[in-house]
Amino acid sequence: MSDHSSHEDIAKHVKVYITVFIALLVGTIVTVGLNYLHFDNIVLTVSIALFVAIIKASLVACYFMHLISEKKMIYIILAFTAFFFVSLMFITIGAYHDFPALTTTH
Amino acid sequence: MEIPYTSQPRPDTGIYNAKVGIWLFLASEVMLFGALFSSYILLRVGSAEGYWPHGLLNIPIGTFNTAVLITSSVTVVLSWASLKMGNFGRYKIYQAITILCALGFLGIKSYEYREKFSHYEVWLKKEVTVKHGDKEIKTDRLLGHIEHQGHHAFFWNTKTLAGAPEEKDKDGKVIKAAVLPIESFKLLPDPFHYAMTSKEMAHAKAEAAGKPHEEIEIKSSDVKRLSAFVPGHSTYFAVYFTLTALHALHVLGGAIVIFYIWGPGAKMWKTDPERYINRVEVSGLFWHFVDLVWIFLFPVLYLL
Repeated sequence: MSDHSSHEDIAKHVKVYITVFIALLVGTIVTVGLNYLHFDNIVLTVSIALFVAIIKASLVACYFMHLISEKKMIYIILAFTAFFFVSLMFITIGAYHDFPALTTTH
Repeated sequence: MEIPYTSQPRPDTGIYNAKVGIWLFLASEVMLFGALFSSYILLRVGSAEGYWPHGLLNIPIGTFNTAVLITSSVTVVLSWASLKMGNFGRYKIYQAITILCALGFLGIKSYEYREKFSHYEVWLKKEVTVKHGDKEIKTDRLLGHIEHQGHHAFFWNTKTLAGAPEEKDKDGKVIKAAVLPIESFKLLPDPFHYAMTSKEMAHAKAEAAGKPHEEIEIKSSDVKRLSAFVPGHSTYFAVYFTLTALHALHVLGGAIVIFYIWGPGAKMWKTDPERYINRVEVSGLFWHFVDLVWIFLFPVLYLL
């Protein structure tokens, strides 16, 4: 966030924070509510839950953590983080398909 | 030595140093939780059909705790905005709510943990018939609470049933009295089993609602394995306790820092307000990260 925000700017931000707060609560209710509907399709259930979680996380990161208007330096740090995080997840998928010899699987 | 750029932005990065610092720290935190999450995914995907427990956590309580954490996140950012507008009094109020929410979250989490420590799975040598509502089910794996001598039992495992001989020190003095073996115990069974689909589980729950629980007397000699819902119960609970306890430690750490800045550290508002606002912002960034981790933990551990 710019360091020269005026009081009016901040007052506007406050409204955004409240809106995000309500959106987060609604997101939580939606996630839990959908869970009570009991879809038989596990892929659909997981996809919806993760989709809502990602939206909620983005809202927190963009507005509460001010990532929507940050300095370049922060984005550079986060670009590295994102790269290594995604790599880590790919290692996991790789491990799943590459059992060591003689491993018993069900 | 004077710490450089605590309030003024450093010319080359365009931000004050603490902010670069906290983001680098958060980057390492992403990798820490990322590693644990990826372990979770691997274990979950690799588990045999029907062996991954679900429906064992208290969803309403988990949902409430999620709301508590989200509330604390918004009060953190509102307290920062209040300081930016020069309203110290309102900052104090918002941040007090944050600290209360943090304590509330930890309290509720402790309650949940306690519930788990007295909730059991019993693997039997032979199948038994259990009444769930009007339905009769044959099973060799029971879930429920154990009642023994009028009390709920905590932290029992298979070895507990065998009792323990008395322990003596080297002079022959008894330091621990013998514990008698447990011949049999009472189990108050849950209306569902996690090998059921979530639909069946909901049905069993609805059917059993309002009806008295039928206790089952179980002979210890019929028990193959017995475990409370502790990390040793299963891979699922090992992952659950690792992730949630690490997260709870973050909540505790964040609450201590926020409390310090709010209480004893508040003198800085008079001497160096810019730096003080930055401290609040940096502690807030950490707090939002903790909230963000929970946003993923909650559906993954409670719902899926």
